[in-house]
Amino acid sequence: MSLLNRMGAVITAKVNKIIGGMEDPRETLDYSYEKQLDLLQNVKRGIAEVTTSKKRLELQKAKLVQSSEKLEGQARDAIQANREDLARLALERKTAIDSQVEGLDREISTLETEQEKLVAAERRLSTKIEVFRTKKETIKAQYSAAEAQVRINESFSGISEEMADVGMSIERAESKTEEMKARSAALDELIETGTLEDFTSQGDPIERELAKVTGQSKIESELARIKSEAGK
Amino acid sequence: MIIRILGQGQFEVKSSLFDELNVIDNRIVEYVTKGDEKEYKKGLAELIGLILREGKKVPDEELIESSVIVPPNDMTLKEARQIFSSEGIFKG
Repeated sequence: MSLLNRMGAVITAKVNKIIGGMEDPRETLDYSYEKQLDLLQNVKRGIAEVTTSKKRLELQKAKLVQSSEKLEGQARDAIQANREDLARLALERKTAIDSQVEGLDREISTLETEQEKLVAAERRLSTKIEVFRTKKETIKAQYSAAEAQVRINESFSGISEEMADVGMSIERAESKTEEMKARSAALDELIETGTLEDFTSQGDPIERELAKVTGQSKIESELARIKSEAGK
Repeated sequence: MIIRILGQGQFEVKSSLFDELNVIDNRIVEYVTKGDEKEYKKGLAELIGLILREGKKVPDEELIESSVIVPPNDMTLKEARQIFSSEGIFKG
């Protein structure tokens, strides 16, 4: 079966669950409206959560940038004092920290995208809820149960589909935030215990070795830069 | 024809676009089966890009059902595989 068909089936299942067993559509309308408002609250909570996580990562990044600058200063001092060994050590730690900063930058931009998506979802959903509310009141006032059924069917499926979509977006944003929270807590611990240079990122052994090699050449070029700046 | 791109809303496209979408869809299925992440991502981006290029955004005020549902643009290969298996990626 094609991906689009499967995706359609997933959404249909969700929509059916949202619509449930409706008997008198006029009553279901009110019930659905309540659900829509709940969902809107959930989106708002989701946005707040993503924003908080993003702020936390930004704070972490600021802390790491500060240590990186400090280590750079130490490397400079070490060169002034003719202690290349110490300078090298400082630069090793600096390189490890800089690569963490790059990782954080990527995560921050992922969360930013999630935030934008949820804000757009909130806007869409709240407009649709308002339209639905108006329609629902008109239908309740003017039609019998049987007529209401026909009148409301499409709008009902339409808004339920939107609800399924938004619900899914919240779930996915939450799982991304959770993942980053766990990583960010691990990083916090490493910063506090000062063992950041031991932090090995995920990836296979070859990737790690390659990263080491790149790190090594980075250290050498930084060392050369600092030396030339110091006129040594 | 109304298409929903999950996470991005609904778009109205000419029905004639369906065949083109179908071709890309079939290719994506192949990549998912083969586990080719790079091509899968490219295929999904192509599918969504085509809809965004050819489609007209449905105003937020409209309450209509879509005839085609397209996965979110950041759906991973792993998630796509789950969709194909009975596990289902998204809880019902």
